[in-house]
Amino acid sequence: MTRYLPALIATVFAVTVWQAIVSITGLPKFILPGPALVAETWWTNRAVIAEHTFITFIEVMIGLVLGALLGAITAIQLATSRLARMLVQPMLVFTQALPVFALAPILTLWLGYGLWSKVAMAVLIIYFPVTSSFFDGLMRTPPGYLDLAKTMQATPRAVLWQIRIPAALPSLASGLRLAAVYAPIGAVIGEWVGASKGLGYLMLLANGRAKTDLMFAAMLTLGVLSILLHWAVRTATVRLEESHSGRSRAQ
Amino acid sequence: MTQAPEITFAGQATIDGATLFAPLTLSLRPGQWTCLLGGSGVGKSTILRLIADLETGATFTGTILASDTKPVENRVAYMAQEDLLLPWATVAQNITLGARLRGETPDPSRLADLLTRVRLTDHATKKPAELSGGQRQRVALARTLMEDKEIILLDEPFSALDAQTRADMQDLAAELLRGKTVLLVTHDPAEAARLGHAIEVMSPRGLTACATPSASAPRNVDDRETLETQGALLKLLREQST
Ligand SMILES: Nc1ncnc2c1ncn2[C@@H]1O[C@H](COP(=O)(O)OP(=O)(O)O)[C@@H](O)[C@H]1O
Ligand SMILES: [Mg+2]
Repeated sequence: MTRYLPALIATVFAVTVWQAIVSITGLPKFILPGPALVAETWWTNRAVIAEHTFITFIEVMIGLVLGALLGAITAIQLATSRLARMLVQPMLVFTQALPVFALAPILTLWLGYGLWSKVAMAVLIIYFPVTSSFFDGLMRTPPGYLDLAKTMQATPRAVLWQIRIPAALPSLASGLRLAAVYAPIGAVIGEWVGASKGLGYLMLLANGRAKTDLMFAAMLTLGVLSILLHWAVRTATVRLEESHSGRSRAQ
Repeated sequence: MTQAPEITFAGQATIDGATLFAPLTLSLRPGQWTCLLGGSGVGKSTILRLIADLETGATFTGTILASDTKPVENRVAYMAQEDLLLPWATVAQNITLGARLRGETPDPSRLADLLTRVRLTDHATKKPAELSGGQRQRVALARTLMEDKEIILLDEPFSALDAQTRADMQDLAAELLRGKTVLLVTHDPAEAARLGHAIEVMSPRGLTACATPSASAPRNVDDRETLETQGALLKLLREQST
């Protein structure tokens, strides 16, 4: 329980400050609704919010799985082929220089207003962090392992699967933890550009109708969804790393 | 296993044009331990790695030949100061690493036999993190032996261990590597005096062959002649480094 105490205290503090600002400034509720009103709106609209949260959640999950897979495959290709490094690495750098947001309208044009344009946004936004952190790990295999493998006449394929990839899994895990933070951002940007469902859509809709309280409710729900997702990925990857190294992490 | 060959290393090495070692000849007598003793940075590991055909920072000119004229580099097993155990693999998987890396099926009876000989049978399914430093180095020794190679290259494999574990490991290695052609690189005169059938002291001036104690290796840690040899080796090392 004491583990969650700081988070609880921080939440109470934030809500208090929020309420204080509302009370002191006397801002109208369509500019800044107070916490009590937002909570009430959240409760009365819970069915609608749940429906849109579910859609965003599905987009994010599919995006995470696809993005992680594509990123991992790319990293392995880059790590094993000099030609791939020559051809693909400059392109990766270029796509990073381009704001992913700029692609959102095109993706909507190509993939429609449904689920897939949002999944594509999430994939695009997490692809690079996953690829680059896993690739770095694959290129930083401890040299002693490679020496040992060489004296054992290992095949390059076996070295990849039995040494380089396992040794790079902690790097992949840190890429995945970043991805869990970025994926919801990608999905919501996709929803802003054009959607009829999802938390991003709900926020725009509420904003357009001056239902600021509903917008806040949707935004806070998105925040909670992101935190839960990050926590889940974190827990899973830490477990993986522990069983991987045969060592449990000191708490 | 076939008879272990004699290995003759002859040549010189430079790093970025500067001489690392001048022309020298090092012979590893068949089925015996040759200890290459020297201070750090004189090029001991470079020689060992050249024999194993591993990357070095040096440019080598010379020859590395086996008495049976067959290639050397695919007949060596290598053991370094770091145990190089894969943390995600069990003790048994680490010992059988070579076979798995070649796409072969490891021989289970050979594995069981080696586990017994390094006294790790009860630890076969553990991960390296659960073992002590000495146990980990025994796993590395078993992995080296599992390779069934004729030439064994040891690069200060015991230098990270405490004194008594080190002496235990030296005894075990001497027993298990009997009959192999062994090159032991070390900076420890006591280790060379205990284990060497031949001892070569390496310095920037080259190699100096030294007399070995008359007792058969591994020699007792308190054997008088071994202690005298240890003293003589240390004296030589100090003289040559000035
Ligand atoms: N990869 C490398 N690149 C450049 N210099 C190196 C490299 N490896 C070793 N050296 C240098 O070569 C010299 C001999 O190294 P080494 O053979 O490891 O010495 P020893 O094992 O006797 O301590 C040292 O001065 C070291 O700094
Ligand atoms: Mg060395």
